Amino acid sequence: MLSVRDLTVSIGSDAAPVDIVSGVSFDIGKGEILGLVGESGCGKSMTSLAVMGLLPQPGPRIRGGRIELVGADVTTLQPWQRVEAGHGRIAMIFQEPMTSLNPVRRIGDQIAEAVRVHDGLSGAAAWTRARELLEQVRIPDAALQLSAYPHQLSGGQRQRIMIAIALACRPQVLIADEPTTALDVTIQIQILGLLRDLCNRLDMSILFITHDMGVIAQLADRVAVMYGGRIVETADVATLFGEPRHHYTRGLMDCMPVRNLGARRLPTIAGQAPRPGTIRTGCVFAPRCVAAQDVCRTATPPRLALGEGHEALCAFPLDAGRPS
Amino acid sequence: MTTTILRVSDLKTSFNVKRSGRKYRVNAVDGVSLSLVAGEVLGIVGESGCGKTTVGRSIVRLVQPDSGAIEFKDTDVLSARGQTLREMRLNLRMVFQDPYASLNPRRSIGDSVAEAGDINKVFTSRAERAARIAETLTAVGLEPSFATRYPHELSGGQRQRAGIARAILPAPAVIIADEPVSALDVSVQAQVLNLMMDLREQLGLSMLFISHDIGVIGQISDRVAVMYMGRVVEMSGARSILDRAAHPYTRALMAAVPRPDPSQRIAGAIETGEPPSQFNRPAGCAYAARCPLVSERCRAEVPQLRPIGADDKVVACHNL
Repeated sequence: MLSVRDLTVSIGSDAAPVDIVSGVSFDIGKGEILGLVGESGCGKSMTSLAVMGLLPQPGPRIRGGRIELVGADVTTLQPWQRVEAGHGRIAMIFQEPMTSLNPVRRIGDQIAEAVRVHDGLSGAAAWTRARELLEQVRIPDAALQLSAYPHQLSGGQRQRIMIAIALACRPQVLIADEPTTALDVTIQIQILGLLRDLCNRLDMSILFITHDMGVIAQLADRVAVMYGGRIVETADVATLFGEPRHHYTRGLMDCMPVRNLGARRLPTIAGQAPRPGTIRTGCVFAPRCVAAQDVCRTATPPRLALGEGHEALCAFPLDAGRPS
Repeated sequence: MTTTILRVSDLKTSFNVKRSGRKYRVNAVDGVSLSLVAGEVLGIVGESGCGKTTVGRSIVRLVQPDSGAIEFKDTDVLSARGQTLREMRLNLRMVFQDPYASLNPRRSIGDSVAEAGDINKVFTSRAERAARIAETLTAVGLEPSFATRYPHELSGGQRQRAGIARAILPAPAVIIADEPVSALDVSVQAQVLNLMMDLREQLGLSMLFISHDIGVIGQISDRVAVMYMGRVVEMSGARSILDRAAHPYTRALMAAVPRPDPSQRIAGAIETGEPPSQFNRPAGCAYAARCPLVSERCRAEVPQLRPIGADDKVVACHNL
């Protein structure tokens, strides 16, 4: 449904561009959930904004690569051009629903607005469709809640409203950028369950962006791990957690407290993530990597094919069959 | 020998909140009792709005409780004034969540770290002050040269190390750490947690560690108190909370932690409800509306903490 090839997003002048996303490629099949995981500044949100055609202007721009949505090249199209050309339907939800909702308009009006734009419905018909959408995201008393204002709802309910608005265009692809990060765990698990359920029922594909490996393990079918603007490892979720081959993937999992309960010390990844543009040669992870050799600092690491759909950007990958 | 260093009894703290033109009184902390034994780490875990932060801030008197008692060693914290309060605050130090918001952007790291010492005139000379700053920065894994830098020059992890340095400079007895690693990326979070565990051992610190993250709490705490809607609903040893959660809320909380293991997925749609409004608290148990074990009594009578089973576990539930 969505195919991204060699996407490079840069900031700075054309003469001296700094790549914040470099050579990112992935595909998402129909009804599939791809988890894009990484720490702050790794380029995961910039990737999603580029795919949506929503890169902030002026600022970062697509310097290379191709984005295909349901078979059509949308790389250079603005969002309204995509809608007019009928090039596939894609929607996005964000971390903090309160900043995406209009605080002085009723929930029903905000959903109906999206319904009017996408379905051409008006008046009572749009309002009825809005109620259906609220029921789809399992807001109790949907008919009543249509006349509520955003501040009257909890964080979890606001995120459900955002999902309802996203569903108004009957998206084939939904991009979810840290949609549960601001929520409590008992609410987060409900939103994750809802997304999985919608994905199954509506045959929708989801690009799910998060920093949380636990959330990835719960929701994703396949996973792409991002570091320093690059995808360093891709695999299906069972393989990635069972046999991580990139040292960064392994490090990320090892340092999670829930995997080390009772240990006196947590394993760590030394140092900190690089700023974009500071590492120009060799592997971006080399300065923090326990297995780095001289060649890692000078030569771009190979993208190794390690099995079906399993790739790692590493010259000296971890052994297969070594359980994490 | 176990000596109780900090004792909180029936603490109640409330705030005036105005919503839609109406005034409400929100009972953020509604009768919490805790004690901290010298050298131990007591974790307080709960979700947003449960009152865990207000407990921490009440103890150092950043907010004024309505009632209850707080004793630090043999001092009554709530009646402390002037010099007594200042000295007490040298012993009860806070580490905050967002080290960017809690470090003054216009003061150097060294000045921020030494501030408590400056206010209380603990340094006898400039040289001693500089030496103490350097020594403290080294203890938290920062180069002494960081003393002349400013917060914006530091990464998130380095800033939180500076925040910890500021807390430990006066050699306190108790650290109250409010979500100290929540703003950090996991790889940096592990480094800072290790640092806090090391400092605890080296300096013999007692710690009240407040977090929403069960994994982090389970890692660092000896004992854990679980809070919901201003009250402690369960308290016991950390392993016992993780492995043998008793209160229905603790169990729901444990079940909701996303395990980093795709073979342990939570299947299908889960609808477990949301906490009730702070402005319109139900009578009886605050968890009743979400609870699978709910009975008539829960809606009428607030359950009190009582011992259950082994592990020194106390639980506030009518139906266990």
